[in-house]
Amino acid sequence: MMSETTYLRRKWFNRLMLGLSSTAAGLAILILGLILGYTLARGIGALNLDFLTQAAKPVGEVGGGMRNEIFGTLILIGLGSIIAIPVGLMSGMFLAEFASPKVASAVRFAADILAGVPSIVVGVFAYAIVVQPLHSYSALSAGVALAIIMIPVIARTAEESLKLVPNSMREAALALGISRWRAVVGVIVPGAMTGIVTGIMLGVARIAGETAPLLFTALGSQFGVQGLLNPIGALPLQIYNYALSPYPDWQQQAWAGAFLLIMLVLGISILVRWISSRRNNRPVIRNVKRSNKNDNDIRFG
Amino acid sequence: MTMTYDLVNENSHSKPNGPPINLEERKGILEVQDLSAWYGNTQAVKHISMSIKAQAITAIIGPSGCGKSTYIRCLNRMHEVSYKGRVEGCVFLDEKDIYAKDVDPVVIRRRIGMVFQKPAPFPTMSIFDNVAAGLKLTRLWSRRWELEEVVERSLRQAALWDEVKDKLQESGVSLSGGQQQRLCIARALAVEPEIILLDEPCSALDPAATLKIEDLMRSLAQEYTIIIVTHNMQQAARVSDVAAFLLADQDGVGTLVEYGKTNQLFTNPKDKRTEDYITGRFG
Amino acid sequence: MVPVKRENKWRTNRFAHIVDKLFPNMTLVFALVIVAILVGLIIVLNTDAIPAFSKFGFSFISSTSWDPVKENFGALPAIFGTLLSSFIGLVIAVPISLGAAIFLVEIAPTWLRGPASLIIEMLAAIPSVIIGLWGLFVLVPFVRSPIESWLGDKLGFFPFFQGPPFGVGFLAAGMILAIMVIPIITAVSRDAIRAVPDQQREAMLAVGATRWEMIRRAVLPYCRSGLVGGVILGLGRALGETMAVTMVIGNSYQLKASLFSPGATIASKIASEFSEASGGAFTGSLIELALILFAVTLLVNVVARVLLWRMTSVKGSSE
Repeated sequence: MMSETTYLRRKWFNRLMLGLSSTAAGLAILILGLILGYTLARGIGALNLDFLTQAAKPVGEVGGGMRNEIFGTLILIGLGSIIAIPVGLMSGMFLAEFASPKVASAVRFAADILAGVPSIVVGVFAYAIVVQPLHSYSALSAGVALAIIMIPVIARTAEESLKLVPNSMREAALALGISRWRAVVGVIVPGAMTGIVTGIMLGVARIAGETAPLLFTALGSQFGVQGLLNPIGALPLQIYNYALSPYPDWQQQAWAGAFLLIMLVLGISILVRWISSRRNNRPVIRNVKRSNKNDNDIRFG
Repeated sequence: MTMTYDLVNENSHSKPNGPPINLEERKGILEVQDLSAWYGNTQAVKHISMSIKAQAITAIIGPSGCGKSTYIRCLNRMHEVSYKGRVEGCVFLDEKDIYAKDVDPVVIRRRIGMVFQKPAPFPTMSIFDNVAAGLKLTRLWSRRWELEEVVERSLRQAALWDEVKDKLQESGVSLSGGQQQRLCIARALAVEPEIILLDEPCSALDPAATLKIEDLMRSLAQEYTIIIVTHNMQQAARVSDVAAFLLADQDGVGTLVEYGKTNQLFTNPKDKRTEDYITGRFG
Repeated sequence: MVPVKRENKWRTNRFAHIVDKLFPNMTLVFALVIVAILVGLIIVLNTDAIPAFSKFGFSFISSTSWDPVKENFGALPAIFGTLLSSFIGLVIAVPISLGAAIFLVEIAPTWLRGPASLIIEMLAAIPSVIIGLWGLFVLVPFVRSPIESWLGDKLGFFPFFQGPPFGVGFLAAGMILAIMVIPIITAVSRDAIRAVPDQQREAMLAVGATRWEMIRRAVLPYCRSGLVGGVILGLGRALGETMAVTMVIGNSYQLKASLFSPGATIASKIASEFSEASGGAFTGSLIELALILFAVTLLVNVVARVLLWRMTSVKGSSE
């Protein structure tokens, strides 16, 4: 027989703990709101046409914008993508279509480890293999660093998307007398295209905000974009530099840049989720009786 | 050339011999000799031999699990695509073994087409592109009017043209199940095969769509050789000229029990097991 | 209508046939690029750390000096800083993440689960430099006062809470790290909790447990390895975190026990000094720091994956 007080105590403790849990969730959401809110509030004031269209002014002078750095970010995203998309996509194809289980595990393991390497270490690596031999900081080295970060993301999402394409599609293509590689490139990859594209977009969102690998590869540039083999400025890099500077005007611009960057990154992330949810709600095929057999089973009958 | 076949009993390992099939006026387009197939170490079918007659509809019937689908997939070298699929024996097309070392399976699959149980149109392609896929994906380039000709011809042959001629650019999956299956048939016809294999093509469709496909098969049999796997005996009786009855032996390995003209097999079966199956005592 | 006859029915398309043989190998080459990058990373870090390793040997890890002029470098404050800031970050993050995960799976109404999860995951998408910016201008002043002033006043006898309230320092860095790892620990914990079969919950409730007792005694122990795996994954993230930490930790190279003191982490040290490093032992030391960081995060991530893999395979066998 339980005493009244024990029961009450348990009941109140229960309420307390559940309340604490809810508070924890609320706290996490609150933090996000705070960060977004401050960035919005402080950034939107300084985000004007000047900011987008003017180059940075020399130290101490008020005004100017981040035009070159915005370009720089776009260029670096482009560079990173040009390197990472072929490598990631082909690796994904290899893992999904052609690899024997052992080799596939090894490659997947390597990709997972690479995904976990801190981005500053990737920057050091890019410095060692591109900046040092060329004796110059360069957009190219930054592109390489960003590509290294992007490749595992693209490879894994490509692999998973390709694996989601039902086996019946592969068999239908092969049964038409289409050669294996043509079937993969012409039928399977288009069938997985939505997933592959979202993987690429996730990769882009990831590298758009990366700063650490750029610190000693792209370095930043006072002279705007000067070509691939020279230093280049980028949005997150400039935010970092301006934030640590003692000039209030620059700090304001840092907030504006942060606002722009957050809009870009969150925009892509939300778009990706929207595309994925749309894909999962595709219309159902009419008049086909539901088969009990799984598409991917080996048929024995 | 006429080949004669015996009733293959479950313990036989010898070559075929026995009473003749009286379709001698038609030649055997596909000669299957002693075909056996495995998945890894598990055997699925063993020692099947038969002569498939040209421009006839041959039905492969039998209870589920007897190896019908596995067997038919051996005829266009699709079985080896399955995980750990392995084949022994010969299948002669034009008197050349399709399993010979120097034969490219891609070539075989163009000459022997296949339609699957679940309609599988390519979802990212339009109706037009679906039908043209076999051509577009095997050549470096094609002229637009060539493709249009082929697509229209194939869709007409598949009795689908009138229903889709105004919406060729719509997605392949926007059609009903029966239409999708006819689309898959049109797709297979577009590459001009000589033989068409159909693996339970109607089992995922409603009765109305099923009847349409059966009519279609009869019209296609004027020019093509049709081999159809079906678990529906009535369908086999309605549609086919020749029937092969497969049954799994006590080890679960499929063997050929009886092979002959459909009306003879159904009205006067030679093997007791065939008779039991026909009359519904099992399966 | 008769089917069109072809000349040689057995002729194979040479081009397609050759490409068919080559294509899988081409994809293999690209896949091996990934392995090559990883191997190259390890080799390069080791070789380029040699100028420092040959000069200092293992005393690099125990030395606290950092003198570019005399070319005398040591890693201890950086290693200490990395561990301390990550520890503080986890101490703050784990209860919050666990609570949030429990909320998302057990407490929240169905309509709220998706959006709330989404919002917390959005936090993970925010670039580190922006969190650092916010940290520097919003969190640090807040930490300076009221937090550090209050703590210094009331609990100043603890060595942890001594020293002038700069704002920047380990406490701020820990809080920032907590913000950065909460999303990942929450996500993994949420998946682990969700994977607990309902029978476990029902069995507990059937003997008269309250909701919380059910969670604490039936659900959490069941997914323990998944929860721990999530925490370790968060640790891995915290150890390598660079920009936000660099901006709020104060960049001072010393070993002090106080939470208020500024310090450095391996990542922040590399970030702030690499571009000025003049080669030789200086750059070599920074690269050796990078190597240490790489090794530690690698170890932590592998441990996390082993734990999480076990969670998914246990889950598979129990259903």
